[in-house]
Amino acid sequence: MNLEKVIFGFFIVLAATLNFGFVYGDIGDPQHHHVWEFFAAFVVNIVATVLKFGDRTQVGAIHLATSLVAVLQLAAAALVWTLAGQSASDLSASTLSSIVSLSAGALLANIVSVVILIVETTMQRR
Amino acid sequence: MSSVVLIALRRLRAPLIVLVAVFALGMVGLVLIPGTDSHGREWHLTLFQALYFMAYTASTIGFGELPREFGQAQRVWVTIVIFLSVVGWAYLVASLLGVLQDKALRGALVAGRFRRRVRALREPFYIICGFGETGLLVGRALDWLGSRFVVVELDELRTQELELLDLAQDAPAFAADARTPENLLAAGLGKRECRGVLALTNDDHANLAVAMSVRLLNPNVPVLCRAMSAETAANMASFGTDHIVNPFAKFGEYLALAIASPGAYRLTSWLTGLPGTRLRAEAAPPRGHWIVCGYGRFGREVVQAFRGQGVDVAIIDPNGAEVSGLRVVRGRGTEAEPLLAAGVDLASGIVAGTDDDINNLSIAVTARGLNARLFTIVRQNLQANRALFQAYGADVTMVSSEIIAHECLARLQTPALGSFLQLIPGKGDAWCDGLLERLSGALGDQTPEIWSVTVSASGAPALHRALTQEKSGVVLGDLLRDSSARERRNACLPLMLTRGGGSLAMPADDVPLRAGDEILFAGAAGARRNQWPILRNINVRDYVVAGIDLPGGLISMLAARKRRAP
Repeated sequence: MNLEKVIFGFFIVLAATLNFGFVYGDIGDPQHHHVWEFFAAFVVNIVATVLKFGDRTQVGAIHLATSLVAVLQLAAAALVWTLAGQSASDLSASTLSSIVSLSAGALLANIVSVVILIVETTMQRR
Repeated sequence: MSSVVLIALRRLRAPLIVLVAVFALGMVGLVLIPGTDSHGREWHLTLFQALYFMAYTASTIGFGELPREFGQAQRVWVTIVIFLSVVGWAYLVASLLGVLQDKALRGALVAGRFRRRVRALREPFYIICGFGETGLLVGRALDWLGSRFVVVELDELRTQELELLDLAQDAPAFAADARTPENLLAAGLGKRECRGVLALTNDDHANLAVAMSVRLLNPNVPVLCRAMSAETAANMASFGTDHIVNPFAKFGEYLALAIASPGAYRLTSWLTGLPGTRLRAEAAPPRGHWIVCGYGRFGREVVQAFRGQGVDVAIIDPNGAEVSGLRVVRGRGTEAEPLLAAGVDLASGIVAGTDDDINNLSIAVTARGLNARLFTIVRQNLQANRALFQAYGADVTMVSSEIIAHECLARLQTPALGSFLQLIPGKGDAWCDGLLERLSGALGDQTPEIWSVTVSASGAPALHRALTQEKSGVVLGDLLRDSSARERRNACLPLMLTRGGGSLAMPADDVPLRAGDEILFAGAAGARRNQWPILRNINVRDYVVAGIDLPGGLISMLAARKRRAP
């Protein structure tokens, strides 16, 4: 077992799970989408991206690309949130839907990242 | 370049994560900890406000407490966060500096910059492999002549020295092994602008490898090689190296020429001299009895040259190996006995040709002490000892690097000069002396610039047009006029006219030119630039050839033509 591998896998899966937790629920309902969960997902996604820096293999490049996509999607969602209002409760349903749908895009990228992680692991016969 | 960024990012992973963690922690605390406004109500920062505050506090810009004054609890937290973030930034900056000082990364950066600079070269250039004494001389001369060059040199210190030279150009230099084909390609071997490769390293095998790479990777590019041993030279010749310079063999040739025809030797060495050197009154080596000290690669060539001219030679060599038909004395020649045994008191000249500079000087000094009328030829191995050799003042000082540099320049600049130089020995001494007098009278005693003009649509369009379309006659003398005042002479002389395979040395001024002629000129500094418009500009050509001073523009030209027509 390799501690570095554990940390790497941990952050990638955590990024996906937090992202899923935020997106899960009715798309326009403020009760289902909490700002703290969004914040946590954002921070963990950035950490996951930084962890992927510097791997020059083909798989490493795709890993980095998916994470960059996720971070960009979440950044767009954060921007919409910041410009629209302060807390989740006083957002209109349409604004919240666009925030959640942007995050859902990030979720898709995170899922791809997790899939790559699993495929890469199963390919190694050790 | 992208690999450099990737390497740097990988090294910065840890500090970046620390910084992200500090930001996240600080933001969480700032949002959770409440403040109280003037009405006593609690308020919280939003996540974005917290990020904004962290951004300007952590980078120590410090706008103050926004959007309103903080409470005590918030201030306690901010104090902690400031220390944490300063540590985070310091860690990042320290890591960044460490990455920048990393040798591997700096190497990658330097290589990347070199590649970019070579790729951006849009003028013709030469690749010099090996920037030792010879490379330095050639590089300086190329710079003087306005040619660009790129350097590949094994020793990093030498590439750095290149930057300290006072050159007119900023020559790209790369500390790498020229034997590796990839490095030659990085130096622009595959580029269209590459005019030639000079393999001048002090390692014969490396030069061989360069010649081979050039032959296989870009066969159109001429390659000039330095070869210290005859075997390497033969090997290079076997796969079509354009020119192989063996300084010892070349010196032997010069020596033979100097004995056979002093005038021809003087003319040759002046025409092929490095730019900026002056014509010297060189004494010719006398015939008679000669002593050669050191029978190595250099000594062999010298002895062969002497014997070819029927000169009597004795050898002094530490090994003392038998040479058929010659007197061989065992010894070094730095003491009197071996010199006397070789017959120094009756000799007319001595060659101090060992591979040790101090021994060579010692031989020359001792020999002159025994016989003051000796003609001395001294071999100088290292440029660093130049001052010693200048102070001694031998009749001829043989410097390998200078001989190689002469040869390279003569070949690179004008291939036509080579065929002119081959004509010289057959012309006789008087002819050479006369030519030398004429040239130095017209051009001064500095080594002239040599160039060739081909009367073709690309080489001299204005002239070519006059001869083919306008059917007007131009004589060679017209090209020697000053292009701004036609009654004055430009400081240049034609050396040779090549027409349809035959060539005429020192053509007269009234020779009519024909399309396809190639003329070799020698001129003082600036003469070539003065001649240039006659070849390329129709108005200047008309003025110089016929004395017609036409106005330039199209309309005034038409008007002038009309006026002249009826």
